[in-house]
Formats: sequence, structure tokens, C-alpha cells
Amino acid sequence: MYPIVKKEKLADRIFLMDVRAPRVAKTCEPGQFVIVKIDEEGERIPLTICDYDRAAGTITIVFQTVGASTERMQYLKEGDAFMDFVGPLGCASELVTMDIEELKKKKIVFIAGGVGTAPVYPQVKWLHAHGVDCDVIMGSRTKELLFFTEQMEKVATNLYVTTDDGSYGFCGMGTDQLQALVDAGRTYNHCVAIGPMIMMKFVCLLTKKLEIPTIVSMNPIMVDGTGMCGACRLTVGGEVKFACVDGPEFDGHLVDFDQAMKRQQLYKTEEGKAMLRLAEGDTHHGGCGHCGGEK
Amino acid sequence: MDVLKKVPVKEQEPQVRAQNFEEVCLGYDAKEAVSESERCLNCKNAQCVKGCPVAIDIPGFISEIKNENFEKAYEILSASSALPAVCGRVCPQESQCEGKCIRGIKGEPVSIGKLERFTADWAREQGIVPKSDQEKNGRKVAVVGSGPAGLTCAGDLARLGYDVTIFEALHEAGGVLIYGIPEFRLPKQDVVAKEVENVKALGVKIETNVVIGQSTTIDELMEEEGFEAVFIGSGAGLPRFMGIPGEQANGVFSANEFLTRNNLMKAFREEYDTPIMKGKNVAVVGGGNVAMDAARTALRLGANVHIVYRRSEAELPARVEEVHHAKEEGVIFDLLTNPVEILVDENGWVKGMTCIRMELGEPDASGRRSPVEVAGSEFEIELDTVIMSLGTSPNPLISSTTKGLETNRRKCIVAQEETGETSKPGVFAGGDAVTGAATVILAMGAGKAAAKGIHAYLSGK
Repeated sequence: MYPIVKKEKLADRIFLMDVRAPRVAKTCEPGQFVIVKIDEEGERIPLTICDYDRAAGTITIVFQTVGASTERMQYLKEGDAFMDFVGPLGCASELVTMDIEELKKKKIVFIAGGVGTAPVYPQVKWLHAHGVDCDVIMGSRTKELLFFTEQMEKVATNLYVTTDDGSYGFCGMGTDQLQALVDAGRTYNHCVAIGPMIMMKFVCLLTKKLEIPTIVSMNPIMVDGTGMCGACRLTVGGEVKFACVDGPEFDGHLVDFDQAMKRQQLYKTEEGKAMLRLAEGDTHHGGCGHCGGEK
Repeated sequence: MDVLKKVPVKEQEPQVRAQNFEEVCLGYDAKEAVSESERCLNCKNAQCVKGCPVAIDIPGFISEIKNENFEKAYEILSASSALPAVCGRVCPQESQCEGKCIRGIKGEPVSIGKLERFTADWAREQGIVPKSDQEKNGRKVAVVGSGPAGLTCAGDLARLGYDVTIFEALHEAGGVLIYGIPEFRLPKQDVVAKEVENVKALGVKIETNVVIGQSTTIDELMEEEGFEAVFIGSGAGLPRFMGIPGEQANGVFSANEFLTRNNLMKAFREEYDTPIMKGKNVAVVGGGNVAMDAARTALRLGANVHIVYRRSEAELPARVEEVHHAKEEGVIFDLLTNPVEILVDENGWVKGMTCIRMELGEPDASGRRSPVEVAGSEFEIELDTVIMSLGTSPNPLISSTTKGLETNRRKCIVAQEETGETSKPGVFAGGDAVTGAATVILAMGAGKAAAKGIHAYLSGK
């Protein structure tokens, strides 16, 4: 069992947990992910590692309640435990494997969207710890959904916060902020974008135009996460790649986002059904008029 | 009783079992087993033993069934096989022990598999576990993967006194026995979990949720955790696809994914969270045992199922019994047929598949007659799900993170067949990680050979 040593609600539907998993904490690097499973009946849920403490043997994960399993996960408390917690999985971020001197010459910008702020944070923290400068654009729909602003402030060279509705910081999307910075004369030659697929797609469209090489972290559907099932396959540069062993980070200008977004819809109806079953228990017999009822 | 024929074994009726996930074959009872055992000629120079990759003393254990001393029969059986209840169910006996049985020259061979299954099931029902009175020698050996190769190697090493730890990447031990082979062929709780418990009863420790090559490496196990030798039985890897248009559409799955969702994650059971797509019209592409498992699983989830295979029935790599069971249950076989394109609707979902008829040409390098397309014979079938069952390519996680471990051009780990030795001292390997996708029993044979190899290596150290 893998005990939860800390739990915090970061924003509406967004939670943080520190979980004791010494083997994972010992070897993980920014960019990698874990798979968690609540109990016997739970799904295997892939989550990007948000922070780690090698001495304490803990891993920080951040999740948003989006499906039946994450819905159930929000009710776990400090002192509860995950039945399964495996990792680190996938490859470490390209940045942490690069030569430090080369890295210091780069002009790096991160664009984090929504819960994507969580996986961006350890990379920025790592760069800061290694004396590498980078700018961070952090966006969300509205002020209430922002989290980690203070932590990010401490490690980013410049932090730009955006909200779609203008309730905090720059009014607009991360892409608008990037365009504004470039228009104001700022230059970048390396971009890392992490967030919802639709956001990463639009960042890539812009950075392609601006000729800024861009890395994205893909979060497709997965089952085992160790290179066995092939559920997480993506088309990157016309080739089939598996996010769990070849990724999760890829050259964003080569990813077929439209296909990846379609594939993400695969179990939406099934997941929706499971969520309703959870919310309504035995009383749910298809009365919602949406799911068609149990077959 | 007709001595030329096997005592028939009870099975669930095809129409009934096509609707459930309960075991198809019900096995012999004691009376039937004794009666079948009496057909064994107890050959001095037993050919059946030569046909068995783990060299079970087959006449020995069958003689004890004749004597109705089932406990002794189990003792003989479990001395050679760590997983007799599994092997009795999934081994291709027709091409191994039973294929060599002298009885089989005239009439049917002795039903060795069903007798093995009976003996192992009887022992389990009586609560008998395999014993080892070997004193522990305190020397640590790590085993990577808890599938058939790993469990066998670990069990044999524990019997020799080693302190064995198995590292398993998934959350449950058993490897392909858990994620791959379905419940209706191999019950998980009653059979697989119990066999794993039996291996643990020999003193083997199992640590789940550890991905070697990620959570830690082979070099770290040997340098930091004090393991003197390591056996790699990490199994097969990434699923292969055909490379035809439409393969990334929603509704196209690898057999590995489909079976893992159903078997490991138990998606067929209402109380489990993991979803599975229950298609209405499903095509499974391929003709091996995995294809049969996927087809019969999709059928049980309520679909009309076609097997699409490019050669003819004679070339189907699946066991005859599996093909027979699949047909009985209503799986339709589209033989000499090959997919050329998966048809996709405007929302990215599978709506059908264009196939082409094939005919058999000259035998290829493998001796099988290679299929050739019949020009102009394309036709479409309406589908919502396509399951690709075309085998796997090796997983790179271990070979890419272990210094000095040689792989061949197919990216499989290179290991000596007799000892499991690899190019790296102290590291041994066997099973699908070495051979590419093969059978449970061949993996067990490799695990057994490696246990001997490791013992010889450590004894000389």
C-alpha cells in the first residue's frame, strides 16, 4: 500500500497529494509519470509527476476530477492509501538530460494550461536549481482555477499569469500572451507546452509560425503504461509512437493532435456511465436520458 | 469402455458458455481420472516425457493416479512443474506429451493434460501446498517478471535454497496468465492466484509495481541491493499493427489492450471501473491463440465475431482445441482473407473494413505456404471494432538500461538455450523476452533451464 501523507485542495476540482512511494521517489525525473490505482476495482490512472522528495520518499501528484476514477480519488484522505502506485514511467524530460551549459544558452518559455501547471512546475524548479533561466506562462479559465502561482513565482525568471475571462492577470489565452511577448521583442528558441490537447495544438500552431521548437507532453488513454497494450499510440511525424515508452514528451510540431483528440473520446460514454452510476448508485437506470441506460 | 478413446471430459454447453466467463472445460472427477489413467501403458522409455519442455515424470504421476494415491501424484507433478494447474489447462499437449504418446499411434493418446489438471485441482481442493525442506543458503537472486518463466525459475531456485525476489511491473502477479489468458480458459482466483501462492509457499517474495528499467535497473539490483544473479523473464512487448490506413481510428485495439482490459482490469464485471468497448460487430485479425482468446472474449461481451486470417485453416497457429471451441461458440472464420483498409466514419470511429481474398502459393522459409492476393477480389465488411492480434515486438525498457546486455536484430535478448546465460555475467534470461511470443510451457522450460544455469553459475562462484 502507498499511503497519502498530505492532501490539499488546490482549486475547484483540482487536488494535490503527496504519496509515499520510495522506489519511485528514488529514481524519478521531471517529465515522467506514475500510474495509480485506488483499490481492487479501480482503473489504472496515469498522472504526471508534479514534484518529488527523495529523502522523504514521497511523490506529489495533482489531479482534476474528470472521470469516474478521479471522482472517486478526491474522497481519499490523508492517512488513506493507494493500493497500487507504479513508476516512474516514460522518459525524463529532454531538458534534464541536456548539457547544462548548452541549456543556459537557450531562451526557454513554458506554457502551462489548466492542470498542466502541475507537470510544468518540476521542470521549472529543476532548471532554477541548475541555474537555468526560463519564462513561464500559466493560464486557466478563471481566477478560481489558478494554483501554484506562488511556488512558480519563486522558480520562474518571469511569470505571466493569464485567465480567459480576465479575472486575474493577462486577459486571454496562453497563446495570446506568447504572441504579445514576442511582439514586444522577446525572443525564445525553446518552448514546452503542457495542458489540454486542444491548448497544446494551438500553441504548436503558433510556435510553428514563430519558428520556436516546441515540446509537448501527451496524455492519451493508457492501461498498463509499460509498453504492452498499445492503447496510448499516437502518430508523430507519420510514425506510430507509444506515449508510455517513447514519450510522454514529443516534438509538438510533429504530433497529429486531431487524431489524438479523437482517440481521447474513445471511452467518454463508458466513463460518463460509470460516473453516473457512482453519483446515483442503484437509482440510476438510464433516467438521465443521456446515456441510453444500462444495456 | 473403448480403450482406444480418451475418457470424455465434461464441458459447458457452447450456447451456455458463449454467454458467460465461467470455465469452459469442467475437468475429470476422481473416477474419470482413474479410469483414464488406466489407459497409460507406463512405458519404460517414456516418449511423453521427452515431449514435455519441463520433463515431468508423466508415467510416474499417472501410475499414482491409478493407485488412487493422488497426493503422491501431486508430489511427483509439482517436483517438475511450478504451475501444474495452469499447464493442464493451457499447454498444447497435442504437439508435446500427448503427441508422442504410444497410445496415440493407434487410437487417441492418453489425456495427459486433463490428468495433470485433475491432480493439481485435487491438491488445491485438499489444501495441499508443495513443500521444500531445502535449507536456505541466504544467497539472493532477483527474477524480473512473474509470468510463467519467472514463476518457474523462482520456484526452482527457492527449492535449491536461494533467497528469491520476483519484481513484477503490474499490480498483480502472474504475467500473461493474469492479463492475457481469459477467465474462461484459466480461472484467475481459483487457479492462477493459488499457483502463485504455491510459489510463495516455497519462500519466494513477490514485489509488485516495480518496473525494472524504470523503478530500478538490473545494474542497481546487483550493485546496490545485493542480488548475485538476475533472471529476466519480462515477456513480450509492444503490440504490432499492420500499417494499413485507418488503424488509428477509434475502435481499433491491440489484442493485448482488449484482453488486458477484460482480464487484468476485469472490465467484464460491473463493479470494476475500467471500461471496455463492447462491440456489435467485431473482427479479430490473426489466427493464433491470442486471436482466439480475443474473439471468444468479444463474443462473451455480446458481439458477432469474425476471425480474419490470411492463410487457410490448416495453417492456423492456434491450438486445435481453441479453434474448435471458438467455432462451437459461434465465432465465424473468414479464412484466406486479409484486411487492406479500415474504414472510418466522419467522427473517427471504425465503420468497416475492406478485405481481399487470398490463395496459397509456394511454401515460404518457414515451410508454410505463403498467401498471395487474388486480384480484384476486394470486399467490405461492416464493423465497429477491429482487434489486431499480430504478435508483439520486444519491450526496450530492460535492454536499453542494462549495460552489456546483448540483443539480436529482432531486439530480443540473446541467451543460451541450455542455461539462459546472456552476454552479461550473472544475468540470465528466458521466455518471450528471448524468443519473441511463444507458449506458456516453453517459457516455463526456459525458466527451468535458467534456474539450473543460475545454480551452476553461483555454485562455481
